[in-house]
Amino acid sequence: MAPAQSASVPAASVPAASVPPAPAEGRTVLDARDISRALTRISHEILERNKGLDNLVLLGIPTRGVHLARRISERIAKVEGAEVPLGTLDITMYRDDLRRHPTRNPQHTLMPPGGVDGKVVVLVDDVLFSGRTVRAALDAMNDLGRPATVRLAVLVDRGHRELPIRADHVGKNLPSARTERVMVRLEESDGYDEVRIAPMTGAVNGPATGPLTGPATGASA
Amino acid sequence: MNKHLLSVDDLAVGDVEALFDTAAEMHDVQHRSVKKLPALRGRTVVNLFFEDSTRTRSSFEIAGKWLSADVINVSAKGSSVSKGESLRDTVLTVAAMGVDGLVIRHGASGAAQQVSQWTDAVVINAGDGMHEHPTQALLDAYTIQRRLGTLEDKHVVIVGDLTHSRVFRSNVLLLAKLGARVTVVAPPTLMPAGVTAWSKDAGFETTYDLDEVLPHADAVMMLRVQRERMSGGFFPSAREYTVGYGLTRDRLGVLKPGAPICHPGPMNRGLEIAADAADAAQSAVLDQVSAGVAIRMSVLYHLLAGEGSAS
Repeated sequence: MAPAQSASVPAASVPAASVPPAPAEGRTVLDARDISRALTRISHEILERNKGLDNLVLLGIPTRGVHLARRISERIAKVEGAEVPLGTLDITMYRDDLRRHPTRNPQHTLMPPGGVDGKVVVLVDDVLFSGRTVRAALDAMNDLGRPATVRLAVLVDRGHRELPIRADHVGKNLPSARTERVMVRLEESDGYDEVRIAPMTGAVNGPATGPLTGPATGASA
Repeated sequence: MNKHLLSVDDLAVGDVEALFDTAAEMHDVQHRSVKKLPALRGRTVVNLFFEDSTRTRSSFEIAGKWLSADVINVSAKGSSVSKGESLRDTVLTVAAMGVDGLVIRHGASGAAQQVSQWTDAVVINAGDGMHEHPTQALLDAYTIQRRLGTLEDKHVVIVGDLTHSRVFRSNVLLLAKLGARVTVVAPPTLMPAGVTAWSKDAGFETTYDLDEVLPHADAVMMLRVQRERMSGGFFPSAREYTVGYGLTRDRLGVLKPGAPICHPGPMNRGLEIAADAADAAQSAVLDQVSAGVAIRMSVLYHLLAGEGSAS
């Protein structure tokens, strides 16, 4: 096995390695202030739609949906003067592509105080793309309780849905090519707030980042 | 992570951390009303048990079922093994049915390793003779870590029938890997041959004197006296064993308060562990059982859910 492999590997990897990934490629779609404004608007929309805080629950989808849900809850608390129950919903075990990737570590699922039964649940995620993450989230919710209503809030809707799913609250509609990558960076996990779009390049998606981190978060959402 | 889990040596420290993190999430699932995750839907796991077992087999079964795998139990009693079928033929027969995971317990040391060479299925060692029992070591370390917060520089004392114990072998390897200080205690007759050389390599200490080390233990693990593996007289009487090496009520008094007491089970109450110790507030015996399900869910998930696992 060794000789055959070693002969083919260098040939395949040379072209990829010769394209160095630029650190800040692509263009910024939302900067920190845009993200802040979008989240403030989403918070107001959620309250308006629900006519207040009654039965409202926010569930963030790890990793970045959790940060966004927390920020929305802080804004709602400022407006209404009361806390909205906040939880996290991990969907790793419910993905339909588990077998196509190396094993992913499940993240934490934290039920909000009072659970989700009979509640108006707002799912929060960073990027809406194929809709498969949201489908998995709906399945995961099924095992945790029976909400009265489920709504979806996302920071970016980039189109290319593969399932009949839409968002109720959208920070920004971002027309994109299927081959482009949308990267959401948030203070809590990345040190700064930014949404960036960049053309897909082989080198960036190489072994250094892998399907578990970086671009895949946005691309697979 | 390696394809199979045959020995604790198959695991890097990062693998153990990933298994523990996943196990912690699986622990939460045990407290949900719907105890079911779809991660292994459509996968088949066979529990192939050539030795008796209650907790290991049932916890592997529950773990597989909670992950939505189809789990089948095959035990030597009541199968073709009792008609004289060889291990190889049994394994090939089961594997030919399209099995993804094979959990095997066998009386021969190295059986799991051997089986892994006969099949494409993922093989998980659930105890092979006097060699290893990696998932037991994982759940023990996980239980102690949850109780103490960390294993780093903690002093774990393992007491009992070391010669016949696969739990002891897997545990010293894993605890040392995770940074714990391990002392093993046994009467001279139950101290394995060559342990002195091995203890230097693996970095643990040995002693015959339980009372000397017990007050300094951050956690104590009592091993079962395995009468079924003993052909000769290893100690004069059960009473004498208890006096020298049992966790009696008096010894419970010198133990640090809060130091978890572990026992892989099944317990010989009154022999290696007194009822007072087994039922004490600091006893972690039942925690170990529930951790057993969480750890086995984690192991099955990591070995069977992702790409590259057997089809």
